[in-house]
Amino acid sequence: MSDLERALRDPGAAAFDLDRWSTTLAERASAAGLVDVAHAGYDSPLGQLTIYVTDRGLVRLAYPGEPLDDQLAELAAVISPRIMRAPQRTDAVRRQLDEYFAGERRAFEVAVDWRLIRGFAERVLRVTSRIPFGRVSTYRDVAAEAGSPRAFRAAGNALGSNPIPIVVPCHRVLHASGGLGGYAGGLERKRYLLDLESHGTG
Amino acid sequence: MIVRLPPFEQLVDAHAHELHRFLVGLVGAADAEDCLQETYMSALRAYPRLEHSDNLRAWLYTIAQRKATDLVRRRIRRPTSALDGVEPTAPPTPEPADERLWARVRALPGKQRAAIVQRFVLDLAYDQIGARMGISEEAARQNVSTGLRRLRREVAS
Repeated sequence: MSDLERALRDPGAAAFDLDRWSTTLAERASAAGLVDVAHAGYDSPLGQLTIYVTDRGLVRLAYPGEPLDDQLAELAAVISPRIMRAPQRTDAVRRQLDEYFAGERRAFEVAVDWRLIRGFAERVLRVTSRIPFGRVSTYRDVAAEAGSPRAFRAAGNALGSNPIPIVVPCHRVLHASGGLGGYAGGLERKRYLLDLESHGTG
Repeated sequence: MIVRLPPFEQLVDAHAHELHRFLVGLVGAADAEDCLQETYMSALRAYPRLEHSDNLRAWLYTIAQRKATDLVRRRIRRPTSALDGVEPTAPPTPEPADERLWARVRALPGKQRAAIVQRFVLDLAYDQIGARMGISEEAARQNVSTGLRRLRREVAS
């Protein structure tokens, strides 16, 4: 190797902190309106959730164990591929989740972006979003109110694939027999949420 | 036709590090981070309108090189602030590099400049350089050797 080639290997030292640099990029891009889906992790009593927001509102709340790549791929396909980690955009949701888990909040006041949900599932989840804190309903009643009394199985599927659990409170829907039914985040979590809400708030 | 584009942040995670190094070669250590920000901001602006996702890395390289060229041109038009008696605002970065040599590299034609930096700074093979520049392995080799010849001539004179 010649001296020239050796010199060409050294353009000068420059440390590069990718995390810090990409935080700056996400802030600049958000300010310029170039981030269509912003996300951030949230440490909850139910494990680390991932919050996704768009300019319309909360679009997805993911439990741990749901593969991150699948979440991102779905959002990229349905909403926009301009997805970045931008924690400050999720602040309002995080604050309300803090209050909810502390037993200090009964209703979420965040706009919901329903674009990941379509058709009958959207009707079911909109009905579900109106079940008040501390109350429960049944798959059959939710199906009926969504317009198809006999479609309780389809209602169950819609609730099972709720993209915004906790905030759209699918945990408040139980079997008519009184059984817990199912829960995408696992029955442990459903029990935890029902228990949290049965103690009410001051 | 529906284009499946990966989530943009994956482009950051996968390529920002390498592109930073590329830009250190093209514009110097002090300006590389800002130039990389400009690169990704431009990419983000254009991203939803991309018509295919075949070679996103080459696309980013093209933008980075354009941003680097803009920066170098701006500097030539408006000579260094040191001459105006004003200190540059960039943080002091240790630059033990051979500044005269790098000024010559930055004056090379675009393709030669990019190929030289990828060959020596990034230590890439010619087929890898070709993939990043959207040219053949042979063309990548040509660009490196032509650039080297020119640099040798200039260094000798």
